[in-house]
Amino acid sequence: MWQVNNDGYYGEFGGAYIPEMLFQNIENLRGNYLQIISSDSFQKEFQLLLRDYVGRPTPLFKADRLSDQLGTNIYLKREDLCHTGAHKINNAIGQILLAQALGKKRIIAETGAGQHGVATATVCALKGLECIVYMGAEDMQRQAPNVARMRLLGAKVIPVLSGSKTLKDATNEAIRDWISNPDDTYYLIGSVVGPHPYPDMVARFQSVISHEIKSQLLAATGNENPDYVIACVGGGSNAAGAFFHFLENKKINLIAVEASGQGIHSGKSAATTQLGSIGILHGSKSLVMQTKDGQVTEPYSISAGLDYPGIGPMHAHLYTSGRATFLSATDQEALSAAYELARLEGIIPALESAHALAALSQISFRPQDVVVVNLSGRGDKDMAAYENLYEPELQ
Amino acid sequence: MALLADLFQQKKNILSIYFTAGIPNLNDTTSILNSLEKSGVNLIELGMPYSDPLADGPVIQKSSDVALKNGMSIEILFKQLKQFREENNSYSIPIILMGYLNPVLQFGVEKFCMTAKSLGIDAVIIPDLTPEVFEKEFQETFRKAGIVNIFLITPQTTEARIRKIDSLSKLFIYVVSSAGVTGTQANDDFKEKYFARLQSMKLKNPLLIGFGISTRKDFSLACKYAQGAIIGSAYIRQLEGAKGIEEITPQFINSILHESK
Repeated sequence: MWQVNNDGYYGEFGGAYIPEMLFQNIENLRGNYLQIISSDSFQKEFQLLLRDYVGRPTPLFKADRLSDQLGTNIYLKREDLCHTGAHKINNAIGQILLAQALGKKRIIAETGAGQHGVATATVCALKGLECIVYMGAEDMQRQAPNVARMRLLGAKVIPVLSGSKTLKDATNEAIRDWISNPDDTYYLIGSVVGPHPYPDMVARFQSVISHEIKSQLLAATGNENPDYVIACVGGGSNAAGAFFHFLENKKINLIAVEASGQGIHSGKSAATTQLGSIGILHGSKSLVMQTKDGQVTEPYSISAGLDYPGIGPMHAHLYTSGRATFLSATDQEALSAAYELARLEGIIPALESAHALAALSQISFRPQDVVVVNLSGRGDKDMAAYENLYEPELQ
Repeated sequence: MALLADLFQQKKNILSIYFTAGIPNLNDTTSILNSLEKSGVNLIELGMPYSDPLADGPVIQKSSDVALKNGMSIEILFKQLKQFREENNSYSIPIILMGYLNPVLQFGVEKFCMTAKSLGIDAVIIPDLTPEVFEKEFQETFRKAGIVNIFLITPQTTEARIRKIDSLSKLFIYVVSSAGVTGTQANDDFKEKYFARLQSMKLKNPLLIGFGISTRKDFSLACKYAQGAIIGSAYIRQLEGAKGIEEITPQFINSILHESK
């Protein structure tokens, strides 16, 4: 009941609210994606690349010092160790193989933190495909290392100057590119957002995360099911992957952590479930941060990857149905959690993943609990922010 | 729907002008409507601005931004339209509302349809409302209020789907002239082949062609194959200039309707 239905909805959320200019391409995807991605030849190449190129399975690491401090058992799913530094590449490989099966030659993508853009540029280089990445001008500034990486990988990075100059606007611009280039172009969405079948497709490609967690937990603890799975949510792709195989087991607490920026009611926040209402954004019905007139409002988070005024329809359904618990972390809480992980475990997390870590102190765990935190990405790209905002008292 | 239906029965070479409500200033809507009507425009598509207009190119995007910054909303637009209809005491020029689904949803679809109807509006264009979603979720509400939803077709729309859209449609079908957002120019050869293909399909609904129509030449080409055409970005670009609406509108409309001397 948590997966997408035949009409492309999760409960009341999802669907395809798209202009006619996109219909043929979306219909083509919808009609073919399941058959293509479940075929033997696709799975063979996908699994091989995940193993030999991405470096999967990523470790499930028992964080002992953090566990001691919190009086419970914390396991980190090390997606930060994926090639290119985040979980985004799982989806990029899946969709590029799909694009090739559909005969597309030109790949376009939007990116917020730049991780999805880097992953897309990487796989395009691997496959010799043209790659165009739309990125908000504001994000290009705060994630400069990723812009340089994309360019080095041969991608063309196009700055987006409309709206808040962040992920929402980059997504608009990528969609406009697809409208203008319907024949040869494939739009590679990086999160579980967009019109059906994108949310389902991206969730399936990311589901490798929870698939691995299960077998790794079984080996480590004798039980494949944790008590908690915790992941940050912008659009929600890493959370979708980390939750995927645990959705049906209601004993498992699924915790999604949104970015509340400078505070939920500060006017500078991206906590969509707290601030949003039902609306349509980027082709699907979901929870959206908007004015009473239905204008999408500009979100804010220190983390470019969570700076999005919507949330995937699957997560909107998990939220309204109560299947998942939604918490939030401020910029400051995320920074503190990142510093703490660096000091306790020698791991510098991405600012996005730091939000998931920040939620740990908001939950009362029992000593016997098994808690999995999806460490979706590494912090190299955020070093400028970490250095600039370094607090001496933490030394 | 006497106004619009009459127009399509009586008139060839229909010139429809799109502009975003709320530009250049919040309260310019009625003067622009008046100037367009006086200049010989047959149909007006009044844009309801939206923060994320996916199908629009830079000119209409910018106009939406300006309109929203000026404070435009569906509620205010309805007030302005009421004033326009009362002042003129006439419903002589047909008006279609055009905008994205989300603001309409938040306003309330039923209230939106009923209010529009009471202002003499017969039809709306909501580009991100697919025929599939329309049939499933909104058809009944629209029908009860007597509002027609106009559907779009594009060069990518298959023949079978064009037939389906034709059977769902009333009044007219909006033909997007090329692959692209509003304001995109395609080459004439491509357009002409596409228009001829549509003409030969002998659809039951008349066609209006839009996207990339900016000059008298574009307009004439469209009118060869369809009952008329829609100009948006080109007119909005004029409104961005320094001259007054009273001067701009007749000049621009004349340049479309008449050979330059």
